[in-house]
Amino acid sequence: MIVVNCPHCGPRNSSDLRPCGEVTTRPDPATASLSEWRTYLYLRENPAGWVTETWYCRSGCRRYFTIERNTATNETRSSEAS
Amino acid sequence: MNPNRLPVRPGEVIDRETSLAFTWNGRPHTGHRGDTIASALAADGVDVFARSMKYKRRRGIMTADHWDPNLFVQVGDEPNVRAGSRRLVAGMEVSAQNVWPNLRFDIGAANQLVGRFLSSGFYYKTFMRPKWLWHHLYQKVLRKFAPGGRIHWETSTHGAYDKRYAHPDVLVAGGGPAGMGAAIAAAEAGASVMLVEHEPDLGGHLRWGDADDLAVLADLAAAVESHPGIEVLVDSTVTGRYDHNWIAVMQRSHEIAPERLIKARAGSLVVAPGLIERPYVFAGNDTPGVMLSGAVRRLINLWAVRPGTRAVVLSANPEGDAAIADLEAAGVEIVAALDARAGEDIVEVEGRGRVGNVVLGDGRTVSADLVVIGTGWTAPTSLLNMAGDRPVYDPTAARYFPNQLPDDVLATGGITGNGTTAELVEHGRATGTLAANRALRNRHDRRSSTARARSPEGPIPESLHDTRASLARTPHPECYRSSSHGMVDFSEDVSSKDLVQASREGFDSIELMKRYTTVTMGPSQGKLETVNAAAVLAETRSMDMVDIGTTVWRPPFAPISLGALAGRIFEPIRRSALQDWHEDHGASPLLAGQWVRPDHYGDPVAEARNVRENVGIIDVTPLGKLDLRGPDVTKLLELVYVNRWQKLDVGRVRYGTMVAEDGVVSDDGVTGRLGEDHYLMTTTSSGAGAIWEMLEDYLQTYRPDWNVHVTAVTGGLTSINVAGPRCRELLLRLVEGVDLSPDAFPYFHVRRGTVAGVPDCIIWRIGFTGELSYEVHVPSGHALHVWESLLANGEDLGIMPFGVESQRILRLEKGHYIVGQDTDGLTKAPSAGLGGLVKLDKPDTLGLPELRAAYARTDLPILVAIQTDDPEVVPMEADQIVDGDSNRILGRITSSRMSPTLGRSVCLGQVDPSLAAAGSKVTILLIDGRRILGTVQEHHAHVDPEGVRQNA
Repeated sequence: MIVVNCPHCGPRNSSDLRPCGEVTTRPDPATASLSEWRTYLYLRENPAGWVTETWYCRSGCRRYFTIERNTATNETRSSEAS
Repeated sequence: MNPNRLPVRPGEVIDRETSLAFTWNGRPHTGHRGDTIASALAADGVDVFARSMKYKRRRGIMTADHWDPNLFVQVGDEPNVRAGSRRLVAGMEVSAQNVWPNLRFDIGAANQLVGRFLSSGFYYKTFMRPKWLWHHLYQKVLRKFAPGGRIHWETSTHGAYDKRYAHPDVLVAGGGPAGMGAAIAAAEAGASVMLVEHEPDLGGHLRWGDADDLAVLADLAAAVESHPGIEVLVDSTVTGRYDHNWIAVMQRSHEIAPERLIKARAGSLVVAPGLIERPYVFAGNDTPGVMLSGAVRRLINLWAVRPGTRAVVLSANPEGDAAIADLEAAGVEIVAALDARAGEDIVEVEGRGRVGNVVLGDGRTVSADLVVIGTGWTAPTSLLNMAGDRPVYDPTAARYFPNQLPDDVLATGGITGNGTTAELVEHGRATGTLAANRALRNRHDRRSSTARARSPEGPIPESLHDTRASLARTPHPECYRSSSHGMVDFSEDVSSKDLVQASREGFDSIELMKRYTTVTMGPSQGKLETVNAAAVLAETRSMDMVDIGTTVWRPPFAPISLGALAGRIFEPIRRSALQDWHEDHGASPLLAGQWVRPDHYGDPVAEARNVRENVGIIDVTPLGKLDLRGPDVTKLLELVYVNRWQKLDVGRVRYGTMVAEDGVVSDDGVTGRLGEDHYLMTTTSSGAGAIWEMLEDYLQTYRPDWNVHVTAVTGGLTSINVAGPRCRELLLRLVEGVDLSPDAFPYFHVRRGTVAGVPDCIIWRIGFTGELSYEVHVPSGHALHVWESLLANGEDLGIMPFGVESQRILRLEKGHYIVGQDTDGLTKAPSAGLGGLVKLDKPDTLGLPELRAAYARTDLPILVAIQTDDPEVVPMEADQIVDGDSNRILGRITSSRMSPTLGRSVCLGQVDPSLAAAGSKVTILLIDGRRILGTVQEHHAHVDPEGVRQNA
């Protein structure tokens, strides 16, 4: 189990948080085509390397924040709190 | 008493004042406190402890410690106990396992004669054809031969297992001289230290050493135990290292649990496991009486047991030489002292129940009852491998060494090199200082990077460089196999001949060979046999050991009971403020998600009927409740619900349905507007947590510009639904400050007022049951008072409490669907019959493109009300709706009950659109195979489709 550094609560076991996956941009639903929408819903870059992802501090401050994590090594580093 | 017990030894761990009686295969024996099962039996002259797995060969003590592959026994109802490490307790009933019918005579020993059929890959070759024999013969026979003890299903005397979490700065795996040195130095540097030793006492190999070793041990142990910063765990094993130094420690023989799993997050991990002595491959090397040098030294020096009378010793190192001295001191005659460094060797051991003759490398045959092997060491690099290291073989020292370690994992002691006791302690100390420095700097960094965490104490410690002098790699001969073939894997009965054969058949990489022959796959998990297996393969292929590599070491390093993994359950159970009352009044409990709720109070049908006829009250506290405040709440509601929210006046309540971004129905509930910028949203009970998190997600990451504050008040407000034609009459007696008349307080409106003297209650008129009903949300501290006041004041009105089952009957009569029961993970909005509720012309709502696509389709199933043509038959929920006599599935029943109001069976179901029109006939396939007819109804509501009752 990895440690995730919550910007407000400090280092926590990842089981204290919920991983929300890679940061994505929600298209404008009024104009998005179905295929654009499904790309947003289901397709991820999933690189072997650094990725920016959202975590939810569900057992602590209840903030959603982003960190950068290396998917190959599980190294983490901070990114701007969202 | 104990024929093989020696006079007092200086380092012995037995208490000769005690006498512990126990039985071995039904016969009485005695031992002392401090004995292991194996040492007590050896002291009594027992040679044979088990039969081997495949060939059923007699097996005796080989390593006399936790890793001994020959010492698995049954103790009472506990199988697979390691007799080499389990401490003797008075009254133990110990028996041999893996024997049939008994240890002395084992039918399976005939397998030795047919050994060629059981060689490499025999599983894959022998039991394949014909296939039908697998069931009828092979499986039954194989089970008789399967190793392992007996599980007693009916007893659970092992007690409750436990778990613990720990956060040491430095965790030291191994309590030998280097590990103790590391723990002391790390604690002196200010780190909190957890020192884990898998033997019952600290000291490692010093415990069975000479007087100087014992003196050093006493000093180190005193220093460790007196330092308040060090927690010592003995009889405990570090079984795994995972990401970010998440470390599993298995604590055995804890006072409150047979095993306790400790999950530790360590700043630094110091790996100091020492070395494991390696067996030597030659013919007869598994005969009882063939022991490793460490085993005889432990038997003599820890338990004062003479391991034999006439010994042949093969030594390649100082520890093997020390065994000769120990044997002589114990009065054992040394028949031959062979020096492997000078090329002397053992070729074969003869004897079945015990060593008899020994054929030496020079051709002589000597008579002996003990063969002592000291031919080399295996570095237990498991924890290093788990940290990503790939240790490298050094042919000069004939073992593997650490290679590249991450900063938070450090190695010390024998695993890194050889040295005097003083050198080992010094290397340990230097490693402990470095480990503490890294851990404390890391802790400081984390504290200063976090806004809310405690501020760091003092300045950050200065970074230390790794200036440790490496321990020497003393040259050691590469002794793996004699000129003869013998056992490589003692727990799986895999011989060097099997490995040669596997290699010839093409399974000539170490990983393939492992899987084909099962070498290293037994309980030893490679600790004794991995390097010998690699050596045999290297020899067969004429390759270097370096190029052969080893199999990968994976966690766990030592077996963990399933009970310990399960441990104690930390899931909390939520109870409403009224749950005690429910239980005191005969409520049958229902576990619903996190909540325990009253299912009914004895007769759910009577409770449901009473709601239709008089008045009932139900505790609906688990209903998710979110207090929403701020100027932008309307925008949030517009986003998350499919319907419109702009024109909801203060004092009004509206029903809403949510879909997720993929268009699937995710939740529903009512939301009331309590004030200009103040709303109360309710969610399904099961969705309460997820919806709260979802609202926060959109508010924090998608629309941080919106001003909305969300507070979960699910437990803070106890919710009581008061339902039935006489409920207004009841509330008139208790409510102050609210005009309850139908014109002043119509359906789907909300008011705040005083109920039974409790101010600030929220009352809204809604109806899940289809009756006239009010839902009262009371501050939970006053809930019991309000509940009891309702019952007391409603006595003459026929009031009864009702439970979840009655509510399910009532809502089904009314045709209200339940998200997650009548819908599933594929049910899109049109299937739920939301009809005009969904507004596709909104600029933004969750899943809008999916909603547009779903409403353009004509093939989605539709939720309908169904009544069976035979009113007595209640189909089961999940019964299929099929196409006539065929098995083509056209839908399914999602809810069904016998309706007390109508006196007939009523259902909801999802059906193919071709069957959705009112009056359509559907065929329902019952679980017993019968097919019955049903009719699709015009409305979801079976009772009062016009809503006369709820609007009363």
